[in-house]
This record gives sequence, structure tokens and C-alpha cells, in this order.
Amino acid sequence: MRMAEAWRVAMDALRANRMRSLLTMLGMVIGVAAVVVLVALGTGTKNTVEAQVEGLGSNLLIVVPGQVSLGAAPTVSRMDNSDLEAVVKIAGDRERVTANLASGEIVRAGNASTFTTINGVMETTPKVFLRDIKSGSYFTRTDVDTGRRVAVLGAKVARELFGERDAVGQQVTVAGVRFRVVGVFEPLGQSLGIDRDNEVHMPITTAQRLFGTGRVDAFAVKAPDRETIAALGDELIAELSRRHPDTEFSAVTQEQILGVLGDILGILTTVLAAIAGISLLVGGVGVSNIMLVSVRERTREIGLRKAVGARPRDIGIQFLLEAVLLTTVGGVVGIALGIGAAVLTSALTPVPSAVTAWSIALAFGVSAAVGIIFGVVPAQRAGRLDPVVALRSD
Amino acid sequence: MIEAVDVTRTYDLEGVSVPALRGVSLNIAAGDYVAIIGPSGSGKSTLMHLLGALDRPSAGKLLIDGQDVSDKTAPEMAKLRNETIGFVFQAFHLLPRTTALDNVALPLVYRGIATRERRAKAQQTLERVGLGHRTGHRPNQMSGGEQQRVAIARALVTEPKVLLADEPTGNLDTKTGQAVLELLEELNRDGVALVIVTHDLEVASRATRKITMRDGEIVA
Ligand SMILES: Nc1ncnc2c1ncn2[C@@H]1O[C@H](COP(=O)(O)OP(=O)(O)OP(=O)(O)O)[C@@H](O)[C@H]1O
Ligand SMILES: [Mg+2]
Repeated sequence: MRMAEAWRVAMDALRANRMRSLLTMLGMVIGVAAVVVLVALGTGTKNTVEAQVEGLGSNLLIVVPGQVSLGAAPTVSRMDNSDLEAVVKIAGDRERVTANLASGEIVRAGNASTFTTINGVMETTPKVFLRDIKSGSYFTRTDVDTGRRVAVLGAKVARELFGERDAVGQQVTVAGVRFRVVGVFEPLGQSLGIDRDNEVHMPITTAQRLFGTGRVDAFAVKAPDRETIAALGDELIAELSRRHPDTEFSAVTQEQILGVLGDILGILTTVLAAIAGISLLVGGVGVSNIMLVSVRERTREIGLRKAVGARPRDIGIQFLLEAVLLTTVGGVVGIALGIGAAVLTSALTPVPSAVTAWSIALAFGVSAAVGIIFGVVPAQRAGRLDPVVALRSD
Repeated sequence: MIEAVDVTRTYDLEGVSVPALRGVSLNIAAGDYVAIIGPSGSGKSTLMHLLGALDRPSAGKLLIDGQDVSDKTAPEMAKLRNETIGFVFQAFHLLPRTTALDNVALPLVYRGIATRERRAKAQQTLERVGLGHRTGHRPNQMSGGEQQRVAIARALVTEPKVLLADEPTGNLDTKTGQAVLELLEELNRDGVALVIVTHDLEVASRATRKITMRDGEIVA
């Protein structure tokens, strides 16, 4: 009964000062919306990155010249096809190895053209990187050995050049050289602002001839199981270092890539969380302030309620509820706004977002907690007011 | 029912102690009609607050409904007020934006009575003070006389043993004030004890007992 009255009074107080309540809630709205958006974008990005890295295939080692770390400049490769043989020898099975030579080029078909990444690779690539072909087929070992001018198009490239028509069997031109399309990849979609379907695969030998080089940029090797990855990496680096004494090599695993990306996301999340936290703090101080004003304004009402039998607790709960109502209503609006902003962000930009139930529960819990923490002092003050003094105030 | 023995109340004003009551003894029995008169600042309101358990004496003994208030906690004092006392103030002290019915029902909220029963009781009490047709009105939609009647109904709704009215007609014109007084006297005839602070000597003469105060003391 007393609780119902406290609810009614708290609601009434907020309604009676609509503008003031709204402005006070604004701080909470912004803080909570920030929390929801940040968690949604953080989670979405993390999910996508992990899926992407794991989607590369399991037990994968990527061997490149130079260092792989945050901010390291890429190193121009001195590796060539003879290194490929050495790598295959160490890996023990050609099926588990692929090499890569990449370059950005314009690819044309008739009047249509698009800028894309040309990946000169081996016929083993779909197995090593777990890629699916949508129509046609991937090129073969014979195509690689003889340097045939065949190409497999990423889903986006196929769409840009041929629209809805089947690209398989059609001709495309890269750097003035004609290629026959033998296959089209299944789409992978977008992640982190990179369109993963914007690529063309061709035999590495063909690419080397096209670009006038014998270079190999990187190797990817699939270890037989988790346990052998580290040893295999060491062995590959040792052999490549022996062959190229003045070059440093790195072997990167999925865990390492995830680790580096996790660090970046971690820093980002901490910064955003700090901003959201400050915003909530400011919102809370605003609530505290407005509650003190509310207590002062209603001193006579408090006196009267006490005169007719309200205990200090009854008055305290009434004001605490008012504070919690302010912050939770602000919190709910903030959650709605945050979800909207997260959805909008991932619709309009390449940044992915994932709104999770726990983040909404957390945001709601935090808003209620802010109300309790910042409402308790004004509520206590109201509860302890001397009824005689309160009744005499004006 | 209320028994004050040598009660003192001293206020502390920035280190200086201001005596508002200096040794007041007083007995209020069931059904009494007591008028308190005296010049401004003589301690009338201070005494009323003590009699109504809104305040505690600095010294002396004060029994309300047989209970000594000196060792009571704040919630116990609240319960005592709710069960024994009905206050009527000069300034009405109605809750704004709240209907007459809910204003009258307010003391029952703190008694833990269910809404339906509360409203029924408030309706009855409003009818008793002649405002059965004003239940849905808010304070700003009523005249001063009507507001004070609502306040009287609020004091009455808990069926208190004593009505404490501190200058209940102070904010009303003579005619309206007269009607409010008649209502209070009628309630007193029905059995509730009435203690009224007034400047009106004619009212004081109608009371069964007249108490005159000066400088915090009862002088007659
Ligand atoms: N909170 C307080 N602090 C200090 N002094 C106070 C306080 N309340 C009342 N007093 C003093 O106590 C004395 C009695 O005040 P009280 O209000 O009881 O007078 P009163 O007889 O009701 O006067 P009035 O007819 O003007 O209402 C006055 O001198 C007043 O200044
Ligand atoms: Mg007075």
C-alpha cells in the first residue's frame, strides 16, 4: 500500500515537472545509449573478426617476410618459386601449401570494368582457406604448371562485370591480357570495411608472367594438427632464413592475428567505456542535483505527510523511487536509442554491430544503480526532515 | 489523554538558546474543548506541535495516549500521530494536483489500508463535513473554506482522539471562518477532543476551557 503510494507520488512528481525530468533524463539517455552502442559495435566487430580469422581454415600458418605487428611496415619479398619447393618439402604435402602474389588491377569485360585485387595462387587454395565455388570450378594443377590464362572471380567482381549472367566461360581482360573465367566464388560478404568478394584468383605462374616478376609474396601452410603448428612455423622460418640470410621472416597463426586484433578492440572498448562511464556519472550528478531541488520544493509536503503518519522510511522510499524512475526511464530511452544507433551504424557503414541481451540487461541495471546511488542522499535528507521545520518552511 | 508536566522546549539559534516554552503543565481529557490564546510568539504553536507528537520536549514529561514520547523513535512517533492525532493547520497544507478524496485518504495510506477501503472511508468523511459533491476537485479548484473542510476531513478520517487546530480560520474571511468553527465544534460535540489556537475571544469564551499563554508560560 505504502509502496503503491510511493510509486504514484514519484510518477506524479515526474509528470508535474515534465521538462525538468526530461532534461535530467538526457544525461542518462546519452550515457546508456553510449554503453549500448559501444557494446553492440564492439561485440559485432569481435564476432566478425573472429569468424573471419577462423574462416581462413584451422591450423593455418601464414609465412611472410618482415615482422607482423601493429604498425610494422610491410617488407618487399625476395622469395620465389624455388622457395615454394622448399616449403612444400617441409610441409610434406603440396595439398597443404599455397603461395600468393597479389596486386591491385583493373579487370574488364566488354564495357564493364572494376578495380580489384588479383591473387596469383596455387590450385590448393580452396582447400587451405576453405573457399567454396558457386559455379564452374577452381583451376587445376595443370593450369598452374602450364601458366594458363584462367581466372576465378569473386562474387562482387562477377556481379560488376556480368550482372546476373553466368560469368563461367566468359572472357575478362587484366592489363591487356585476356583470361577465360572458369569459376565464381560463393559470396563471403563484407567485414571491417573490406569487401571480401572483390578479388580475382589466377594461377600464380600466370600472375608472375602478367606482372613480369618471379616473386612470391607469402606462403600459407596448413599444419596437420594444432600441436605441430609452432614447430612447423619454426622449421619454415629457419629454412627461409637460411635461403635468404639478410631477410627476417614471420610465421603468423590465427591465434596471433586474433590476439593483435583483440588488443586493438580492447583499447577501443576501454576508451569508449570511459566516455560512457563519465557520461553516466554526469547524468547521475544531474539526478542527485534535481532530487535535492525536488526535496526542497516539497518540504512542506514532506512535513504534512509526516504529520499524518508517514515514517522517515516512507518519505525516503518515495524520493528514492523518484530518482530510480528518472534514471531507468532515461535508461530505457537510452537503450532504445542505442539499439537504433547500432542498427543504423551497421546499415550505413561497414562497422558490424550485435545487440546482445546481456548488454541491455547491464545497461538497465546500471541505470537503476545510478538512480539508487545518486538518489540515496537526497532521499535520506527528505526522510530525516524535522516535520515541524518542514511544515513551517515556505 | 494528553498529559504535559512541566514541559520545556528550547530552540538553539546559532548557539543562543531561545526558550519557547518554559514549564508548561496541561491535561487534555477525552471530549475536551480547549482554546489557547496569547500574543504572537508566546509559544502556542510550539505547544501544539508537542501535544501532537510532531516534536519532543527539551525537558519535562509528556504523555500522549498514555505513552511517554521521550523514548520514542521517529517511526513510533509517526504511528502515534497517525492513530491518535488529527491536525488542522492555518495554511490547510493540502497536496497540490491531488483530489479532495485522495487528500483525505492520505493518512490511511500510512496506516496501510487498501485503496478501495481508503476511498470509501474518505468519501464518508467528506460527506460528514458537507463536501460529498467535491470529491474530485483539486485544491486549486476549491474556495478557502472548502479547502479547510477537506483538511478537517483529512484530520478526521483516522478517527483520532484529539483534533489540534492551530488558527484554523486565520486564512479565511469572517463568515467562512465562522462556518469552519461551527463544523469543528459540532465534531467536538460528537466526541472528539478539540484543542484550538485562536485570536477570537468569542470563540475562546465558547470553549469549556481557556488557556492564555505569554512568553512560553500559561498565565491563565
Ligand atoms: N525553529 C525555531 N528556531 C528558533 N526559534 C523558534 C523556532 N520556532 C519558534 N521559535 C520561537 O519560539 C517562540 C514561540 O513560537 P511559536 O511559533 O510557538 O509562537 P506562536 O504563539 O505560535 O506565535 P503566532 O501567534 O505568531 O503563531 C517564538 O519566540 C519563536 O521565535
Ligand atoms: Mg503559531
